[in-house]
Amino acid sequence: MTAQTPRPRLGTTALIYLALAGVLVLGAAAVAMDGGNLFATANLVDMLTRTSLTGFLAIGMTLVILCRSLDLSVGYTAALSSLVAATTMDGQAANVPLAVALVLLVSGLIGSANGAIIAFLKVNPFIATLGTGLILKGYLDTQYKGPAGDVPSVFQQFGYTRIGFVPVSALVMLAVAAAAVWYLRSTRTGHHMYAVGGDVEVARMSGIRTTRVLLTAHVLCGMCAGIAGLLLAARFGTGSAEAYTNLYELDAIAAVVLGGTLLLGGKGGVAGTVAGVAILAVLDTVFNVMQIDPFAKDVLRGAVIITAVALYARRQLDRTARRPRFAATQGRQS
Amino acid sequence: MTRARRLGAALLGGGTGTVFLLLVLIFAGILALNPGFFEGPSLMAFLKQAAPLVILAAGQYFVIVSGNFDLSVGALVGAQVVIAARLIDGEESRTVPVMLVMLAFGIGVGLVNGLITTVLKVQSFITTLGMLLVLYGAIRLWTGGAPTGSLSEAFRTPGRLGITDVPLVGQIPWALLIMLALGAGAILLMRTRFGRILMASGDNELAAKLSGARVDAARTAAFVLSGVSATVAGILIGGFAGVSAQVGEGLEFTVITAVVLGGVALGGGRGTALAAMAGALAIEALFTLFNQMALPATLRPAVQGAIIIAAVAYAARRRTRPALQTTASPS
Repeated sequence: MTAQTPRPRLGTTALIYLALAGVLVLGAAAVAMDGGNLFATANLVDMLTRTSLTGFLAIGMTLVILCRSLDLSVGYTAALSSLVAATTMDGQAANVPLAVALVLLVSGLIGSANGAIIAFLKVNPFIATLGTGLILKGYLDTQYKGPAGDVPSVFQQFGYTRIGFVPVSALVMLAVAAAAVWYLRSTRTGHHMYAVGGDVEVARMSGIRTTRVLLTAHVLCGMCAGIAGLLLAARFGTGSAEAYTNLYELDAIAAVVLGGTLLLGGKGGVAGTVAGVAILAVLDTVFNVMQIDPFAKDVLRGAVIITAVALYARRQLDRTARRPRFAATQGRQS
Repeated sequence: MTRARRLGAALLGGGTGTVFLLLVLIFAGILALNPGFFEGPSLMAFLKQAAPLVILAAGQYFVIVSGNFDLSVGALVGAQVVIAARLIDGEESRTVPVMLVMLAFGIGVGLVNGLITTVLKVQSFITTLGMLLVLYGAIRLWTGGAPTGSLSEAFRTPGRLGITDVPLVGQIPWALLIMLALGAGAILLMRTRFGRILMASGDNELAAKLSGARVDAARTAAFVLSGVSATVAGILIGGFAGVSAQVGEGLEFTVITAVVLGGVALGGGRGTALAAMAGALAIEALFTLFNQMALPATLRPAVQGAIIIAAVAYAARRRTRPALQTTASPS
């Protein structure tokens, strides 16, 4: 839901960018009082570098959440993708295109498996993707005891090069985000995603092939996780199964929800998600610069997420109960 | 004939009965591999180990059946164990007061979860995810990264010991007795007015509200019960396995899996407490079966994942008919 029509009130996306600006100002003030400068080049680079990884995952996650689904397996998909990339490249620059194609294929297949289980077997998305995540975890733990593969230095540039203070990975992430915004606003399937998230039954009766839409969203989400895996491989210089221990999926979901997308689907967008990712990145950088205990970061992050969603819920209630009126009558198999 | 068919439908229909069939199948598998498993002592040891998950499943059941999630239980169990070790610090005399503090803490966390979800209208997935982060960070912040202190012998008794010298079975673990008492309590609670309101709020919130039920109060109480179950499970797990920073990690997903395996629909309004606890027992039996089969430990998650998907897909098979659709949404 973006501010397309002029309304007396701010649209959710505008509000979230306002919140981002607020967080930036507050963060800069806090850092300045500490004697630092949040906008020093090193800090800006740190901030933008943080956005790219969560960004890729969160963009894909936005698509599935808009369809009223969920993907808890993206962290495992990213870890597997990093291994596929690194072992396929095997130190040879010539293998890079093949590796990228293979990663997108593998991650797309995982996404389509998720989508198929949810759409055709009618398994609750929470359980379905938790299950595929566990299956991937079992495969990774059994197959790869440690880091594997070797990423040629050409491809490592994807992780480290930057133009001015903007890392290339962040630019790629923004490009993917722009593509996703266009996709949701201007294509048929994009519009159908909102419809499916709003009410599956109504969408189906209006002639939308709901299973196909769900499947598409999950494939795209899987592929975004694949790109995140490529970035992980480029940064580490090798493939790592351990990457899944960082619980990236929860970060991504938090960013999506922070970006104003309803967890119940049908409302939100990628533009907000990017702002959500940026807010988390700014918070992380500020905590880092001020050398706050890493455990305090978790506490504050949890509090920020809950507060933000509580504030959205407040707005939702005010606005003449547009969706809540239907929320109670929506059918959803589990 | 009709009775047999009804029995068949109950067992295979994907509802509550199916989990018991699954449980029997897993036990049959264990029996085939290791006939000695069903002798008293080893069966008691199994039940002792399974008790915490069963208790957590009962707590999670209340939350899920009322249409919510509680993702914070794993972190809460971990927090409780760390709190106990830090506050008791090896002193026997502090055992009971600290247990009371833990109970208060569990109730408090449940109350906060419930109030944020019902009063502030934050989806429970987000509320409890945030609570998970807060608990995880706060506990490590408080202890400086690694748990300190130690548990007293008296504290470890419920999780480790039991009534000894019982003929046939050797030892009846306290954990089993606690599990049976709380399990019976949970089943009885679902038969009261409160239980029916809980079920109704998960099934159709609007209808429940319009009929005058205090949905928000019931849902908050469900979170409190989940917090209490995490406290009891923390005492048992701490006693059984001791203190470490990893206690409770990933437990929330195992518990939700167990409850769902018991045929309880995510989104609420379907399923029984007994089946949820049987689901927990089935998961623990499954882990035992993996042990018997000498499956590489690393492959276990994969098998577990496949089984969950298969079980839920099987259960969802007949729910596709509109008449049986759940009407509330997990929020």
